[in-house]
Amino acid sequence: MQEVQITVIDVCGTVKELVFPTRLGLSLMEALKSAGYPLEAVCGGMALCATCRVEWQEGAVSEPNEAELDMLDTLPDQQPASRLSCQIRLESLTDGQAILRLNPTKF
Amino acid sequence: MLETDVCIIGAGPVGLFAVFELGLLRLKAYVMDTLPVVGGQLAEIYPRKPIYDIPGYPSILAGDLIDRLMEQIAPFQPGFGLGQKVVGLEAVEGGRWKVQSENGEVVLAGAVVIAGGLGCFEPRKPDLPGLAALEGRGVTYMIRDPEVFRGRRVVLAGGGDSALDWTLQLSEIAGDLTLVHRNSSFRGAPESAARVQALADAGRLRLLTSTALVSLEANAAGNLSSVTVQTQGQPAWSLEADDLIPLYGLTPQLGPIADWGMVLEASAIQVQTDNFQTSVPGIFAIGDINTYPGKLKLILSGFHEAALMAHGAYRHIHGGAKPSFKYTTVTGVNGL
Repeated sequence: MQEVQITVIDVCGTVKELVFPTRLGLSLMEALKSAGYPLEAVCGGMALCATCRVEWQEGAVSEPNEAELDMLDTLPDQQPASRLSCQIRLESLTDGQAILRLNPTKF
Repeated sequence: MLETDVCIIGAGPVGLFAVFELGLLRLKAYVMDTLPVVGGQLAEIYPRKPIYDIPGYPSILAGDLIDRLMEQIAPFQPGFGLGQKVVGLEAVEGGRWKVQSENGEVVLAGAVVIAGGLGCFEPRKPDLPGLAALEGRGVTYMIRDPEVFRGRRVVLAGGGDSALDWTLQLSEIAGDLTLVHRNSSFRGAPESAARVQALADAGRLRLLTSTALVSLEANAAGNLSSVTVQTQGQPAWSLEADDLIPLYGLTPQLGPIADWGMVLEASAIQVQTDNFQTSVPGIFAIGDINTYPGKLKLILSGFHEAALMAHGAYRHIHGGAKPSFKYTTVTGVNGL
């Protein structure tokens, strides 16, 4: 699969469809930032800050690793669908598409 | 009041290496950090992780890199103010700065270097209405002295190691203890989780899993009186409590740095790249906390920034005089 199509619902409810190439080895966090979404992602992708959190809605995706699960578990308002976008590689979206909602909290 | 040439805020790898570069120019440094240990996130978050892009080290554990840096800067005898959160920064006469910590320590410095990394690690707070008004009035995020909870009705919230550990400790001290955890199981150390479960089974504490904090109630004096909780699929109810201790880990916040008048861009401090000075003369910013065109958040980039900053700080302190440039291979570390 050369590219993935990601439907992003931002904090105001605006829906946008984005297409990213998978060959660059980007994380979803990096892709969303490059598309102009204001994710803070202060830790830069180490699963340490949860400021890149998204709520997963649809699409096959890799399971969270231990570091991500540990971080998600510390969040006071974790949802069952919460994911850290920095821990998701675009190439792991095996359906080639996904729908996600950005999370407004600034942890 | 302490006096020094340069006050470095942040004791991570870049703040520590700044001591070295300043030392080569015979500038004395005093390093302050919110955390009680040196090393910043390398010590606090990933001491056992290998780093592969430190020149000369094909692989080095984060904790070992900090040990080596401490060895490297030892000849310059830096001062350390650890466990000191810097809250105030004030310009004084002669282009100097007065740096003040939360605990009241005051440092007078010729220049200030912010090497704050991700910012200060602050407790992550639950989103509850009226929470801020009850901070210090029953709501607390850190336990310094467990004895203050003796005989009191305490609600702990969280599911990580620190929530489990404090539950075990406070079970001997609190008059009435409840642990509220949003999930059905614990990700903390299994043996701690098992001990908490055993204490709950023995009636020594109340364990509420799959339970969320809903709201807080205060008494007429404005102190916490109860915590309303809701277990999945059940109605909410109120639990009388003197103290609520949310333990949801730490999250990096820019903190008071945002109030010091420097130009910021997306939670980072803008600097010029010839000396890493911020928009405020005499305040420099190096490492992950700064931003400039082409910025890479790498430890090695921070080291480079420290070297140029040192020359900039020297000029600021010495009225524009240029430091003489020497190689350590020629002069050693004390040869200026």
